[in-house]
Amino acid sequence: MKTTTKQKIAFSILFLCTIMVVLPVLFVLGIIIKNGWHGINWQFLTTMPKDGMRGGGIYPAIVGTLYLVSLSIVFSLPIGLLAAIYLNEYAKDNLLTRLIRLAIVNLSGVSSVVYGLFGLALFVTFMKFGVSILSGALTLAIMNLPIVITASREALASVPYSFREVSYSLGLSRWQTIRHSVLPFAIPGILTGAILSLARAAGETAPILFTVAAFYLPKLPDSIFDQAMALPYHLYIISTQIPNISTETRYATALVLVGIVFSMNIIAVVIRARLRKRKKW
Amino acid sequence: MDNAAFSITQMRVSYARKEVIKGVSVSIMPNTVTALIGPSGCGKSTFIRSLNRINDLIPSFRISGDIIYRQKDIYDKETDVVELRRRIGMVFQKPNPFPKSIYENIAYGLRIHGLNIKDTIDETVESSLKKAALWDEVKDNLKQNALTLSGGQQQRLCIARTLATQPEVILFDEPCSALDPISTAKIEELIHHLKQSYTIIIVTHNMQQAARVSEYAGFFLLGELIEFGKTQELFTAPKDKRTEDYITGRFG
Ligand SMILES: Nc1ncnc2c1ncn2[C@@H]1O[C@H](COP(=O)(O)OP(=O)(O)OP(=O)(O)O)[C@@H](O)[C@H]1O
Ligand SMILES: [Mg+2]
Repeated sequence: MKTTTKQKIAFSILFLCTIMVVLPVLFVLGIIIKNGWHGINWQFLTTMPKDGMRGGGIYPAIVGTLYLVSLSIVFSLPIGLLAAIYLNEYAKDNLLTRLIRLAIVNLSGVSSVVYGLFGLALFVTFMKFGVSILSGALTLAIMNLPIVITASREALASVPYSFREVSYSLGLSRWQTIRHSVLPFAIPGILTGAILSLARAAGETAPILFTVAAFYLPKLPDSIFDQAMALPYHLYIISTQIPNISTETRYATALVLVGIVFSMNIIAVVIRARLRKRKKW
Repeated sequence: MDNAAFSITQMRVSYARKEVIKGVSVSIMPNTVTALIGPSGCGKSTFIRSLNRINDLIPSFRISGDIIYRQKDIYDKETDVVELRRRIGMVFQKPNPFPKSIYENIAYGLRIHGLNIKDTIDETVESSLKKAALWDEVKDNLKQNALTLSGGQQQRLCIARTLATQPEVILFDEPCSALDPISTAKIEELIHHLKQSYTIIIVTHNMQQAARVSEYAGFFLLGELIEFGKTQELFTAPKDKRTEDYITGRFG
């Protein structure tokens, strides 16, 4: 066979695979948008549910998800970043370090319901935070740690070695070097990773199932020790537990959830693109 | 030689098990330019990178011997490595300014070293750029990103950045190998001026350059310092056959 023919066949196969990945996503999106679009209006986004959640809006679920996601990053970003700095800049390449790395890789493969149960045992029961936003956010934070650590490590590792070398040669200490000559150049990458992890946190049901999510609450939470409604769980409820609810409401809720996750991903992609453009080293 | 800047006896360096500096002894005089020449891989970079302990960053790096700088063993446990590196500055082969403004490239180190008075920082930026013969070219664009400068300008900025931390010694590792002849000439002239206030060691592959800028020269081969002496003598009347072969280009 001629090389060019071979190449063409290879390209076609690769292209087909790509399509096979993209098509289902587009399909799902298409269905959600088509069925949910008309259900979305200002009132739907900003009012409490009514009539046993068959009417009204999904405001508390949106707010709950935003609370959970923002509080979880407050825990996962600093801890994940510090862990990444330790692993990338300080840790020697020894057995312990390798075990830690292995653990991180494995943790990111653990199914989210396991995190949910872990959160229930540790935060809700043992630490007595109860079923609360705090417990849920901590559970989400733990689930996200591997992602934040991995992304931060990659961002740190992508800062050229020469930056560190110059910095040391100017008489900066190790911490000063990390703080002033490495971190500033890794921040966009770290943020991208953090936002992507948040997008995942916003969409997960299992970790919040036992730790924070409420079936229905007549008012918004007052503190982080209150329960909250959350979008994915709300969607799960109205799709499985409540009869005679309009398809439009379900799809509209799904659309809001997908929209939030999607816009987070887009923000992350935009940050990354701007970083690539600016980065000239 | 008591007044030497560096007195080195039996320096041995290895990476993992591979010995790359095999017992080098030499004294480097203050306020002179010393050039180090030799074929690729003979250990010139390793040698000068051992003088400011920047090689400490490489986990497999091992060194032995006495490396005395101003009467103090720089590998002594008591040595303040961070302070040592400030006193022994280094300019690298590839110009490596930070992706910040010209001004910030110089000011940032000063600030981290605890200098907070804006006027003093401004003055130091200006005087460093002047010493590095770059001031006239950039004085109106100090806010410009340093990466937009030409290679030669970038290298002079790196020199200015090193000067700003007020070192006593400047180590140059092939500072001109990425530059065009005009930029090279500028840097050579600069080195010539800097010699009055600094001790300079320069690694170069360019024999003419070594002859032009230095008073002392050393020839490295396979981790050994084959010959060291006055530049003029080393180039006109080398004592060792291998030195002669190398500088006349008859090297295998
Ligand atoms: N980080 C390292 N790890 C292992 N070996 C190294 C390392 N750096 C240098 N070496 C080896 O040490 C020897 C000396 O290298 P060095 O860079 O000092 O040579 P050089 O004289 O500066 O060469 P060049 O003129 O090409 O820059 C070489 O054989 C090189 O492969
Ligand atoms: Mg070298």
